[in-house]
Amino acid sequence: MNDTTTPETQAPPVARRRAQARKKQAAANASLPMRGPTEVDVTLKINGVEQVARIEPRVSLLDALREHLLLTGTKKGCDQGTCGACTVWVDGRRVLSCLTLAMACEDHEVTTIEGLAKGGELHPMQRAFIAHDAFQCGYCTPGQIMSAVALIREGHASTDAEIAEWMSGNLCRCAAYPNIRAAIRDVRDSEAGGNDASG
Amino acid sequence: MRPVSYARATSVAEAIAALRAHPDAAFLAGGTTEIDLLRLDVVRPNALVDINALPLSRIEDLADGGLRIGALARMSDVAEAPAVVERFPMLMQALLLGASAQLRNMATIGGNLLQRVRCSYFRDVASPCNKREPGTGCSALDGINRGHAVLGTSDHCIATHPSDLAVALIALDAVVRTEGPRGARAFPIDEFFLLPRDTPHLEHPTEHGELVVAVDVPAAPIARRSLYAKVRDRESYEFALASVAAAMDVQGGVIRAARVALGGVATKPWRARRAEQILVGAPAQRDTYARAAREELASARPRQLNAFKVELAQRAIVRALETLAETGGPQ
Repeated sequence: MNDTTTPETQAPPVARRRAQARKKQAAANASLPMRGPTEVDVTLKINGVEQVARIEPRVSLLDALREHLLLTGTKKGCDQGTCGACTVWVDGRRVLSCLTLAMACEDHEVTTIEGLAKGGELHPMQRAFIAHDAFQCGYCTPGQIMSAVALIREGHASTDAEIAEWMSGNLCRCAAYPNIRAAIRDVRDSEAGGNDASG
Repeated sequence: MRPVSYARATSVAEAIAALRAHPDAAFLAGGTTEIDLLRLDVVRPNALVDINALPLSRIEDLADGGLRIGALARMSDVAEAPAVVERFPMLMQALLLGASAQLRNMATIGGNLLQRVRCSYFRDVASPCNKREPGTGCSALDGINRGHAVLGTSDHCIATHPSDLAVALIALDAVVRTEGPRGARAFPIDEFFLLPRDTPHLEHPTEHGELVVAVDVPAAPIARRSLYAKVRDRESYEFALASVAAAMDVQGGVIRAARVALGGVATKPWRARRAEQILVGAPAQRDTYARAAREELASARPRQLNAFKVELAQRAIVRALETLAETGGPQ
């Protein structure tokens, strides 16, 4: 606003500033077009594959995955950020897909439970969940596993208390917690032995 | 959820201009409160200006030994920043005791300060609520008010401010920096949060299109020995019933300086200035802490279901100060 180096130096200062402000705002507006609210093409990179979903901007990442891209491994529990069933990774960090807009994930990498297995082999955490019977109904399990792999990568799995604290965002109404912790310990200890299975 | 338009801003000026051009638009940062409240129809922007790509995520040292935390820094990143861990342990603890690992990866520092209350009547559009719809009344006054505030309340709103981070920041005399239609502004954090009074819908002194860009935490050697203690209904992933951010400098058995702030019991992050006055110059012992806590809570106005918080907050203060005196803090 205090820029005085424009060609409009003959204009009165107030008018000049207003003209500059108008120009600045017009430029800003012009460079920031709104998309939607009707359906638009949104390009998402999911599990390494670029896909286009035609969705409204209000669509959550969770709904885009499940209803539009038919990746139904990610589960909808509470849809309000309370239960953790919808946990996925965005740029490698665990987040809640129910509170994330799909459009906000353009230019970012999304990883879902479907992206964990490699070459037909389950991820070590998936195998450990089976080996330790770490679920009953299984509904929270994809979110638990996405959180669990991230937890070890973050370095927050050193004790059972630490695991419990850093997994507290993933509720299990079947209360399989002891077995979930056992699966996490198992993977943690096998990784400590030199087998890098951090996904 | 109502339909919304969406745009991604690439500069602060562009983001501010976009909100000026769209009076019913809102900034979108981490989204952890906003998307939830959009879905509940509690907030009703018709457009979202995504600010996540703006260069506001840095944590920088200030010349005086303090920190400038970018408004878009994520809770998880701030909590593990070495400068925060070493110089402001109460800040680290307040961050790590809030929300869950996933939410902390998403939620930003600016958004944390601007998060809305968890009052169930505020979140339920079928209930009267002066904060959501001014003039309709407060359902919590004689409703389910176990989680509500006992300090800073009014006859129009008793909703508790939910942030843990803000409690630590208010103990640390932080400054909230904004940019907006009126240029750059700086608010002492105590002034950034308004008491409900008879206008509970007004929560901050900012205007439409004004963007929080950073939070400055001034140098505070006392904060190297500080803690954040949080009492809640379950061990993790829960809002506070009462919480205390505290720092204390004790020399020769006498308290030379103290910082105390409360969460979970007040309508805004609550700097316990009365308690601090009593602590400074007094012997570092339980009697002192209890008196400071009692006097701070003397103005409490409990309702039917939250009267227990008056005692709980006092015990939390005493325990926090005893812990500091015994161990010099958690480090």
